[in-house]
Amino acid sequence: MASSCRRPEHMAPPDVFYNEEEAKKYSQNSRMIEIQTQMSERAVELLNLPEGQPSFLLDVGCGSGLSGDYLSEEGHYWVGIDISTAMLDVALDREVEGDLVLGDMGHGMPFRAGTFDGCISISALQWLCNADKKSHSPPKRLFTFFSTLYSSLARGSRAVFQLYPENSEQLELITTQAMKAGFSGGMVVDYPNSSKAKKFFLCLFAGMTGVLPKGLGSETSDRAVSNQVQYSGQRCRFKNMKGKSVKKGRDWILEKKERRRRQGREVRADTKYTGRQRRPHF
Amino acid sequence: MKLLTHNMLTSHVKGVTKGYPLLIKATEVKVNQLDFNPQFVSRMIPKLEWGALVQAAEDLGYRQDLPGELIADYEQNEEFLKKVHRVLLEVEVMEGCLKCPESGREFPITKGIPNMLLNEDDA
Repeated sequence: MASSCRRPEHMAPPDVFYNEEEAKKYSQNSRMIEIQTQMSERAVELLNLPEGQPSFLLDVGCGSGLSGDYLSEEGHYWVGIDISTAMLDVALDREVEGDLVLGDMGHGMPFRAGTFDGCISISALQWLCNADKKSHSPPKRLFTFFSTLYSSLARGSRAVFQLYPENSEQLELITTQAMKAGFSGGMVVDYPNSSKAKKFFLCLFAGMTGVLPKGLGSETSDRAVSNQVQYSGQRCRFKNMKGKSVKKGRDWILEKKERRRRQGREVRADTKYTGRQRRPHF
Repeated sequence: MKLLTHNMLTSHVKGVTKGYPLLIKATEVKVNQLDFNPQFVSRMIPKLEWGALVQAAEDLGYRQDLPGELIADYEQNEEFLKKVHRVLLEVEVMEGCLKCPESGREFPITKGIPNMLLNEDDA
């Protein structure tokens, strides 16, 4: 797979991948910080917490606490759980306000029933889809995670996961395990037409049926969010080309010849030389 | 680790049914100053396992005059809420360990972070 070297899950287990060097990026790289904060903002928006009331939240895969900072800013109290000690050390250095726990999400959430008013997780869930040890079974680990999370959430609360799914099978695995554990809900995709701004959020409801919020930038909702980059121009450019081949390409030539043939004109037969680039002449 | 987190933490070792409350063995305890938020504290009180909180506070030597039973109209009693706030959010266990009451497994606490990782055979 061409993209495999770009996905951190394929390089090493999370507790190994997020070493001191990688963790340092999360406290120094301003672009990384900005993206993380933006995603946390959106995740909290999707949580739909009661306004003007401090909530007690769980941050799964809290890392260096960037998402937690946003929660504290909003006046919420939180507990963060992460598997990487290096990332948690960065969180300690940054003096985050929430409490931190070192733990593996695949082992289940070690919390009492009905503890949290909500749960957020930024770019962490896809790690569970990997079997890093011989004893790991991703479906089982996902189920353990979701079922223990379900019980640790208060009834009527939500869990929002931002994730980078690798393919549709992975997404399906995650959602089926979540449904098995008793959650209802589904995926919210922000900016589905943009390859860069596209973000997947898994919105789960514990013990209630809710209406799934609309993704940003999808056809049905066009609400403008001031602090999110607008990709409308870029989207139009691709829209115009929909269904048509790139001009002067072999496909385009073949299509054009076919069109002419249908018009009853005299057209040369398609051969291996059709649409082939000629050697350069001086 | 704050005592609020301790109050919510359970042991998730395989085969353990309740695993609560975890016993604290602290070697270093710190008290931070934190803004008092009466709304949050009174919201959290019904969620707390009161007995476990009092026990944990006593183990650490920060119980002071916290009553053994939860008082009835705590929402109006600001003095009481302040005491709970102090125990719940300001007292922090920095070093030590948590012990599962059922399996006896110990979870070390280093730099204020409890290590809840399990071995493969008790996950």
